[in-house]
Amino acid sequence: MKPTSHAFKSNAKEALGNEPLRRALGGIKRGFVANRARARANLPEFEDLRDEAKAVKEHTLAHLDLYLEAYEKKVVETGGHVHWASSADDARAAILKICRDAGAKTVTKGKSMVGEEIAINEHLEQAGITPVETDLGEYLIQLRHEPPSHIIAPAIHLTKDQVEADFRKTHTELSPERVLEEPEQLVSEARAILREKFLAADVGITGANLLIAETGTSVIVTNEGNGDLTQCLPRIHIVITSIEKVVPTLEDADTILRVLARSATGQEFSTYTTFTTGPKREGDLDGPDEYHVVLLDNGRSEMLGGEFHDMLRCIRCGACMNHCPVYGAVGGHAYGWVYPGPMGAVLTPTLIGVGEAGHLPNASTFCGRCESVCPMRIPLPKMMRHWREREYENGDTPALYKAGLKLWAFAAKRPALYHRLTGLVSPLLSRFGRKGRFASMPLAGGWTDHRDLPAPQGKTFQQRWRERETRR
Amino acid sequence: MSGANARERLLGAVRKSLGVTGDDAARTAAVAERLKARAPNLIPAMAKVSGAKAIKLFTEKLKGQGASVSRITKPDEIPEQLAAYLRDNNLPAEFRTGSDALLAEIPWDTAASLTRHTGAGHGGDAVTLSRAETAAAETGTLFLTSGPENPTTLNFLPDTHIVVIRAEDIHGSYEDAWNVLRKTHEKQGFPRTINLVSGPSRTADIEQIIVMGAHGPRRLHVIIAG
Amino acid sequence: MAKTTESSTRPRVGLFVTCLVDLIRPSVGFAAVKLLEDAGCDVAVPAAQTCCGQPAYNSGDKADARALALNTIAAFEGFDYVVAPSGSCAGMLKHHYPELLGDDPQSAEQARAFSERVFELISFLVDVRGFDRVEADFQSTVTYHDSCAGLRELGVKQQPRKLLASVNGLTLTEMEEAEICCGFGGTFCIKYPDVSNAIVEKKTANIAASDPDCLLAGDLGCLMNMAGKMSREGRAIEARHVAEVLAGMTDEPAIGQSIEDKK
Repeated sequence: MKPTSHAFKSNAKEALGNEPLRRALGGIKRGFVANRARARANLPEFEDLRDEAKAVKEHTLAHLDLYLEAYEKKVVETGGHVHWASSADDARAAILKICRDAGAKTVTKGKSMVGEEIAINEHLEQAGITPVETDLGEYLIQLRHEPPSHIIAPAIHLTKDQVEADFRKTHTELSPERVLEEPEQLVSEARAILREKFLAADVGITGANLLIAETGTSVIVTNEGNGDLTQCLPRIHIVITSIEKVVPTLEDADTILRVLARSATGQEFSTYTTFTTGPKREGDLDGPDEYHVVLLDNGRSEMLGGEFHDMLRCIRCGACMNHCPVYGAVGGHAYGWVYPGPMGAVLTPTLIGVGEAGHLPNASTFCGRCESVCPMRIPLPKMMRHWREREYENGDTPALYKAGLKLWAFAAKRPALYHRLTGLVSPLLSRFGRKGRFASMPLAGGWTDHRDLPAPQGKTFQQRWRERETRR
Repeated sequence: MSGANARERLLGAVRKSLGVTGDDAARTAAVAERLKARAPNLIPAMAKVSGAKAIKLFTEKLKGQGASVSRITKPDEIPEQLAAYLRDNNLPAEFRTGSDALLAEIPWDTAASLTRHTGAGHGGDAVTLSRAETAAAETGTLFLTSGPENPTTLNFLPDTHIVVIRAEDIHGSYEDAWNVLRKTHEKQGFPRTINLVSGPSRTADIEQIIVMGAHGPRRLHVIIAG
Repeated sequence: MAKTTESSTRPRVGLFVTCLVDLIRPSVGFAAVKLLEDAGCDVAVPAAQTCCGQPAYNSGDKADARALALNTIAAFEGFDYVVAPSGSCAGMLKHHYPELLGDDPQSAEQARAFSERVFELISFLVDVRGFDRVEADFQSTVTYHDSCAGLRELGVKQQPRKLLASVNGLTLTEMEEAEICCGFGGTFCIKYPDVSNAIVEKKTANIAASDPDCLLAGDLGCLMNMAGKMSREGRAIEARHVAEVLAGMTDEPAIGQSIEDKK
């Protein structure tokens, strides 16, 4: 998909005027946020588990090459294939080749953020292969040709009325008289439609929440069971995943799984967590004949050991966006690409360039709530600041803003001059702001368009303090 | 690009950023040691239970997640239990199951009204019966392993999924469950698919309202035997 | 207040005024001085201080941010403690200076040593000086907003509530989502005015729903944002820095109000 991250401001403005969206976003507080708080309260070791989960990933990242090799060895031993993909192009080519070799016509898909990242659906369609998203949320947005607006709840922006309209438009084989008022009826219809797709698909593509080096296993976490039907029914199962998903052992996976669902939906554990190792075995009555893993890099190896290294710990739980005041105001589409919210503000510039995505790390109040809930303790504000530093160094900071900043810094670095200036400005502004506030002010429209600007009390503190000291 | 080249290119990029080579003895040893040790990390206190306490926690957690649970004293009572459950829920007295030894040995003729099909799951199955090898009480999680005995499709295709687990197979933590599976599958290798199931299928993708039975079973009923 | 003769045993506190208090609301600075003196400290205000450098730091201008950090550290040499009536500025001094100056070993050590002496005002009073009550009157129902940096970088949460509980006539009514950002975010509110406005609208709605006479917080930036929004919305809720109330210095008109409003 073509990113619109550069248009964050206008995207945000549009989102702010979208009432159904704002209602939907309001629901996050009662749902994900409240549930996470409860799950955390019910597990006394939660904070320690966050430290342990972080340590697991840090150990793995420091030995990433070796764990990837160990993982590959086990996948091959158990009859699977590993495809190494340095770029999105490499990954798409590998997937397409597997599908073509199998003569695939339709592909069912479990939810995969890596799949979104490499826009695999568009690519398959262009090759004449029909991809069918089977996660309900992903299916809903596929019908609308939209990107996800949340990494674990891709259709969180939609209302049931919109879903009903889309179903009536798409499922034309069904009776127009049918009742589709309640979520149960909509879910039931999607279940029936997608059940046929599951049974007919030639290839099933899933993502992976984790890869386990010890056993060569890929792990998916779902509540619907769609990922499982995607991978156990077709002849071929392709896992599209990225290199930072690997952990050493089953025990290490346990640690991450203990914080994943609790941080994401606030469940203690997701309904289905599936550990998959290789294709169908001798005597098995079901399961795929072929098991392929496409391991994507796409800029991740460059993040290792650098300013954005910590981001590689991300387990895509979505807690950062659930708790972000900016995401809560504008939703995911305003961010203009695949990964929204704080994690997207850090990751998107690495994947599509800071030129396109420069707004994202700037559109944060640095309130720190994302970092405070991140199960992997990723310092998200710090990394957004790193992007701002790069933009500043590259000369991408808006000129007027930079000029103002420079002027201010020039004075602030010279205390005597600074206090002379502020000693003039404060009393002057105070005289104009007799009412105690300004309803408008030149150059401060960003502030005064929406709120009054409190006026200074008069002389500065420093002036008054020196006067007081002189009197004593 | 050929497979070997692609592999070397990707691993080379990783090594370059890490500032390492692939043959550093200390790093290789650290990885080998960790993979061999399979040491548990922090296990929450609530997961450190066994016996009756584990069964109690397991039952509470599963019920909290929308499953129903019943207890019988021995596997022989399964047909009767199953028939009663199906009757109580207005379900057909018909189900599909694999060739699991525990389930195969049951005197099915004691519940003559039940029709038993065997094999992998079909799209049209209303009810299936599986056996879980083990379970972790900490989150009410069944560990269902794939194989001819318990085809994976049985876990996902039906409307109603019924799972039997022996009481002695219910442990406290995920780590306990892995240790059981590692031991049981030492010879034939780690199972192809292990489904950790903690309740019936659900979705909240429409207006964040939870609806059961998204794609997998709408109902999960667990029978604890023993 | 008479100067004590036991000053040698009294800790010497350098007040980091913060640029907003200096420019907009000096009364907060005087309230801080009173509270610190009541807590047995000798207070001085170095003239060489200006701004903590946060606007530069958060805009990616590391060079200017470093220069300002070194300036601040030099200005406060020799004090036992450096105290700021702001969680945001104190967080910058305490946590971000070591990060910012970490590249050069000498500055890193300076920043580390400096960092240990830095505190936010209210947490300093309670956690360091063992303050558990104040002598003050404020006949008002108040609600308290937890400013982000104070809360999440410095753990300021119970300390202001503890001291507010000892104010005569004051009733605290907690709002929903007291810990959620007000949308100020320093330069954020100028760069993304529409988004900032959407966030502060939610905040003022939560404030109003708790039905207070007065909003309190520990950061003037956040207070100006919320006070400015409430006055634009025509809400009759005043806003004050928590130090003003704890020091019993509430004669000045509230933030964004005039003497006429106060009457």
